[in-house]
Amino acid sequence: MMWDICTNALDTAELRGASYGDVRVMHLRQRDLTTKNGQVGTLAQTESIGIGIRVLAGGAWGFASTDRLTREGVSACAAQAVAIAKASALAKRADVVMAPEESYVDSWQSPFRKDPFEIPLEKQLALLLAADEAMRRVKGITLTETDMQFRKIDSWFASSAGSRIHQRKVISGCGIAATSFQGEEIQKRSYPNSFGGQHTLQGYELIESLDLLRHAPVIAEEAAALHSASQCPEKIGTLILGGSQLGLQIHESIGHPIELDRVLGQEANFAGTSFLTVDQLNQLKYASSIVNVVADARLDHGPGLGTFAYDDEGVPAQCTDIIKDGKFRGYLSNRETAHLIGLQRSSGTMRTESWNRLPMIRMTNVSLLPGTWDYDDLIDDTHDGVLMETNRSWSIDDRRYQFQFSTEIGWEIKGGKKVRMLKNPSYSGITTEFWNSCDAICRMDHWTLWGTPNCGKGQPMQTMGTGHGASPARFRNVRIGTAFSNQ
Amino acid sequence: MKSLSSAKKTSFRNKAAAAELLPERELRRIVGTALKLAQSAGSEETEIHVDEVANALTRFANNGIHQNVAEHGITVSIRTVMDGRTARATTNRLDEDSLRAAIEASLSLAHSQPKDSRLLPMPGKQRYRKVNRFVRQTAELSAEDRARAVKRACDLAVKKGQVAAGIFSSGQSQSAIGNSRGLFAAYRETHSQFSITMQEDAAASWAKSNSSDFRKFDPLKLAEKASEKAHLGINAHELAPGRYTVILEPAAVLDLVGFLFYDFAATALADKRSCLNDRMGKQIFGKNITITDDVYHPLQQGAPFDGEGVPRQRVALVDGGVPRNLVYARATAKAAGKAPTGHGFALPNEYGEAPMNLVFGGGDSSLEKMVAATDRGLLVTRLWYIREVDPYEKVMTGMTRDGLFVVEKGRVTGAARNFRFNQSLIEMLKKVELLGPSVRATGEEAFEMVVPAMKVRDFHFSEVTKF
Repeated sequence: MMWDICTNALDTAELRGASYGDVRVMHLRQRDLTTKNGQVGTLAQTESIGIGIRVLAGGAWGFASTDRLTREGVSACAAQAVAIAKASALAKRADVVMAPEESYVDSWQSPFRKDPFEIPLEKQLALLLAADEAMRRVKGITLTETDMQFRKIDSWFASSAGSRIHQRKVISGCGIAATSFQGEEIQKRSYPNSFGGQHTLQGYELIESLDLLRHAPVIAEEAAALHSASQCPEKIGTLILGGSQLGLQIHESIGHPIELDRVLGQEANFAGTSFLTVDQLNQLKYASSIVNVVADARLDHGPGLGTFAYDDEGVPAQCTDIIKDGKFRGYLSNRETAHLIGLQRSSGTMRTESWNRLPMIRMTNVSLLPGTWDYDDLIDDTHDGVLMETNRSWSIDDRRYQFQFSTEIGWEIKGGKKVRMLKNPSYSGITTEFWNSCDAICRMDHWTLWGTPNCGKGQPMQTMGTGHGASPARFRNVRIGTAFSNQ
Repeated sequence: MKSLSSAKKTSFRNKAAAAELLPERELRRIVGTALKLAQSAGSEETEIHVDEVANALTRFANNGIHQNVAEHGITVSIRTVMDGRTARATTNRLDEDSLRAAIEASLSLAHSQPKDSRLLPMPGKQRYRKVNRFVRQTAELSAEDRARAVKRACDLAVKKGQVAAGIFSSGQSQSAIGNSRGLFAAYRETHSQFSITMQEDAAASWAKSNSSDFRKFDPLKLAEKASEKAHLGINAHELAPGRYTVILEPAAVLDLVGFLFYDFAATALADKRSCLNDRMGKQIFGKNITITDDVYHPLQQGAPFDGEGVPRQRVALVDGGVPRNLVYARATAKAAGKAPTGHGFALPNEYGEAPMNLVFGGGDSSLEKMVAATDRGLLVTRLWYIREVDPYEKVMTGMTRDGLFVVEKGRVTGAARNFRFNQSLIEMLKKVELLGPSVRATGEEAFEMVVPAMKVRDFHFSEVTKF
């Protein structure tokens, strides 16, 4: 039935004058569970199905979407997409040219062991409420929060070039957080990550692997203890970042600048542009020579939020070198932009949030490859530094040069030992200076493929999940403590 | 499978125009059908939300249209109650089998949890104040109309040797809520927005406007404004970080003070995550700061009822720099011994409520007057990537963007490279020296509000970037 809908849309678009068309019928199912202070908060399930139709007519793009999946509804939507493309042509800059791509007929499902929608809700809620209670038992905790989110996404992609690709993805996520308000200060600790926890392309086995009940009292104790911890000093010094914070650092200061649509000015009004102008490809020393970064959407890389078999333009998943031995080697591209910088083929990064959104260049799994250091050896080797873990705030300018991050907790390192807890840690810098100061990266056994479920881009705004593999790493001569200076 | 397909006929004025919204009688019919099905399935109380959008957005960059989209969708969201337990399920399929499946999912979710002793019976019939924010001409704006306006803006950029990027969007939406105690409310509005960034060499500037009536702004005038400021922004020089007097244009004010909105939720105070904990009734801002939440303000948009169908009230949040009142959903109001203010989110949720229609009191200083009254300072067009660094002192970080100008001896004398700021909002609102007239402002970080431009002393810039 779905292929009939797709064919109807493509036939109508062609009849109306489209020179190319691709469509996505998507069926999205989502379950959200939260608790707060021992009570159930959100308990909701959402289901949405519809079609997005993208066409080229008159050398310009048009896109229309509808949830009216009757023959008449889909035909009207396809006709609307063509009419919009013709309107686009009134103010086009040049005819759209797409890099060549084979057509594919395929079906793929992300691997998972336990379907989260088949796990009894009572069991899921019982786990969250038990973690919530374990945090509330700690003195000084004034707010406890937990969440689980599950998604099952089916997409049927069809193009006028003959592709017919069905993909099913199952995504799970979970996190807990303890907050403490004392005096004139709010402190918070989260596990396994802040802002919703860890999210991967897995089933309920992700939740079971997180061992929430063991970590709940630990983060609650830390949240309460932060009030009496010393303020993170302001200085230029050595910084060690925990894996999840480094994942966000990669996201903001490597993942976004390498989006070719940004580089080419297509996001100038909203998300911004990029300092990575095309003349810097294969020239810029982005990072120190131990830094290797890839954009890898293949399952071989891991079950990340940026893992798939085909992108939403029908291009197979690929691994692209972004930084190789410290040198800038590649962008995230699509079929429209690839040829503009002389590439023969899209790097396969077109992704859409839902049937009612246009696919656009998005990060896949943009990951820092593991280094050679054992974590304990890295701490031992650090004479004087600050270890920062779990993001609290993040901000970077619209060309991705200057950034500032703060984390939930820090640790002062003296003589190779973690000597005391620090509160309100923060650091800032200029992207390439920062990455060139990296002198140690931990090895594979400390490496995690973190999920960022909330990356916003585009107008209308789309939220996308991206993956970022990282292990703890060390950076020298970093500006530390800026966010709280001179307040 | 019995279908409600008569409610799903597609109608287009022309093929490049947005779809028409369902008439209110169809919304009532969907609500009635879903309520009946839920009752048959054993739901003790039921609440139905129906939301429909028909939006279109034309996006341009490098002086031409590169993306151009339209969407149409409708959702039905069903909250059931069984034995002191409630949950919600949402679908965008309107046939009876799909509605039944959503009702079953909602009941199953509700059944899975412990009883909630705080759960209130649903409210009965309410009376609502009429607001009219539906403009037929905006609803009928076509892709060709938007393309022609975009072309004029792009032609200007080409003529000036600049590069334009932006959006022109238009659309319409409606929401209806009904419950098994007889409550029914429906609201529809139109919306339109034009935003433009003009780039010249390394400089860029920006202008944006938004209204239920697209005739209230002129895209070409916005383009001209952005163009002039982009030209003024070339050859920006680097200033040392530090504390500066700033003149914040309304978009910059909006995107900063917008981060305060949830602090006025009674639930945020009960959870001890509001910056107003232990500060209610105290003089924490300057005496010239007055904030209300007022959905009925002529420059505001939004439905006159909340997620449970309670009529929204106008609430004086801050009076003369003193936070006086909070907003309350029904459950938080009951816990606090107050009356609900009509600001609750759809249940179930953990956040309670929030004021969504903030109106900051203004003054009579135009931007020009503020510049003329400034010996040395910076004029800020907009801010970017604002995030909370310290939730209690409300320290925010972010960047200036698209036009930071140097003011010396009452004149704009040049442009400066963009700064990062780390600034407490509480401190900032103690140091507001001048206020402009309140206008409907639109930025990128906060939802639209009515705010004035502000002249603020000692604004803290901590670092500078490379452009």
